[in-house]
Amino acid sequence: MKAKTKETVVAWWMVFPALFVISVIAFFPLFKTFYDSFFEFGLNPNFPRKFVGFKNYVELFVHDPRFIAALKNTIFFTVVSVALETVLGLLIAIIVHQPFKFRGAVRAAMLIPWAIPTAISSQMWKWMFNDQSGIVTKILERLGVIEPGFPILGSPDTAMWAIIAVDVWKTTPFMALLILAGLQLIPEELYEAARIDGANVWQRFTKITLPMLSSTIAVALIFRTLDALRVFDVVFIMTRGSVNTETLAVYNRVLLMDRAFTGAWFGYGSALSVIIFALISIFAIIYIKSLRLKLD
Amino acid sequence: MSTKRVLYKMLLAIAVVFVLVWCIFPFYWAVISSLKPNVELFDPHPTFWPKSPTFSNYIKVFQERPFHVNIWNSVVVAGITTITTLIFGSFAGYAIARLHMRGKALVMALILSVSMFPQISILGSLFVILRKLGFINTYQGLILPYVAITLPLTTWILQNFFRDLPKDVEEAAAIDGCSRLRTLFQIVFPMSAPGLVATGLLTFITAWNEFLFAFTFMQKPEYYTVPVAIALFAGRSQYEQPWGQLMAAAVIVTTPLVILVLIFQNRIISGLSAGAVKG
Repeated sequence: MKAKTKETVVAWWMVFPALFVISVIAFFPLFKTFYDSFFEFGLNPNFPRKFVGFKNYVELFVHDPRFIAALKNTIFFTVVSVALETVLGLLIAIIVHQPFKFRGAVRAAMLIPWAIPTAISSQMWKWMFNDQSGIVTKILERLGVIEPGFPILGSPDTAMWAIIAVDVWKTTPFMALLILAGLQLIPEELYEAARIDGANVWQRFTKITLPMLSSTIAVALIFRTLDALRVFDVVFIMTRGSVNTETLAVYNRVLLMDRAFTGAWFGYGSALSVIIFALISIFAIIYIKSLRLKLD
Repeated sequence: MSTKRVLYKMLLAIAVVFVLVWCIFPFYWAVISSLKPNVELFDPHPTFWPKSPTFSNYIKVFQERPFHVNIWNSVVVAGITTITTLIFGSFAGYAIARLHMRGKALVMALILSVSMFPQISILGSLFVILRKLGFINTYQGLILPYVAITLPLTTWILQNFFRDLPKDVEEAAAIDGCSRLRTLFQIVFPMSAPGLVATGLLTFITAWNEFLFAFTFMQKPEYYTVPVAIALFAGRSQYEQPWGQLMAAAVIVTTPLVILVLIFQNRIISGLSAGAVKG
């Protein structure tokens, strides 16, 4: 019994540093953001703190078209990019699951987009989208999709799609590798039995592959959704949030870091932070729930 | 039957080539753009191969701007973050995997919940706190947040890893009178070296790639990390973006990452799929 008590003490000392850092850097600031969202104040001492209750939240939803636009952009970005990443990821996973020469090398190469920092891949793509000599612009010109010199990143019709393209490029191969891990767990006998029963490729895909992969895909999908809802780097670097591409995180940073020094915007920005947190929490709860389903 | 087989092989080959080109082309384009002189770079008919390759962009990156300082900042910040996270994470992971402790599930839930935090939701408050502590424009002001955001995945992966280690070696050591800490340092850590290396690499990449915190907490160019320096890459005038230099800088910092990832690919994939799929 005594040895066990001693062990418990050791155990608590061992988790203490991790818990301490996380409490100071994550939980306390989160609590403070929540608290600040009920006040009107700025980071400049000229704007004293004033309790306003839920006013910041009401203002955001009722009087702030920029917030509504950012919300719409974020949802559009999330739905389109996560959908594309899932479908393409599944397709690529099936391709690299087939036996062929250099399969290992191809799978390794698929990690490259994931490893490159988003800030850097965004700049690489920004160069490829350059309106004067960008290679993507040139190829689309050649194909007759756009007129010569059309500014893809400077036009509201195309800028968001360009941003989605970068996100899809970066994430799809990785998603494919995760799905591949799930594919490899499906026993080959299932396919053989189905073949003997005369099931064709499509039937084998819909009756075996998809159901067996559903939990892997669900987890990957929610994981990506959490990421997409908080997108910042790629949008900020490609367009600075102009031409109708501003997302919630980009607008939030403008409020917290730019406007908060010149006006009473910090509490307002905190309210937006809380909304983003709530939005993501909903998906996190779905995520945890779906995990439990899988564990049963 | 055999025509069907040929058709399948052809389709597969086309698909594989397409996947490869899709993954590698942007990196390839950055490499050849970095080797082109300005005249070729802004040629209205860009070529897939530099006609007169030059290294001048690579030299200018270090001559005209403090890019080596940015690299050093990233090395220090990501390096110290990795070491700290590995130490804290392996302690916590070991306690959760092996030791008797009440409230284990709650501790793990608390740690894991941080991995779902949107960084933007704590950005403002964290900025105010770090400013009060005098940590804006300091390495520790970035290392602390990075340790917090990398700890969840590290603790989780290491915890899984420790659980899979054979228990009898530790028990034998305990019977021989070896203390818990000594067992940890002399037996458990050496046995888990491969796991620690792979997890460390994941942590390092996460810290090296982070942008939002670095962009907000490092406000002087001499403290910029690589992603911030690259994001804010500017020419001498507002209208001149030095794309050749920018691509050279991108290639310089991406190549080591790509090589590391290719070497450790198997461990990264298994570590991350364990982290993502299992939680």
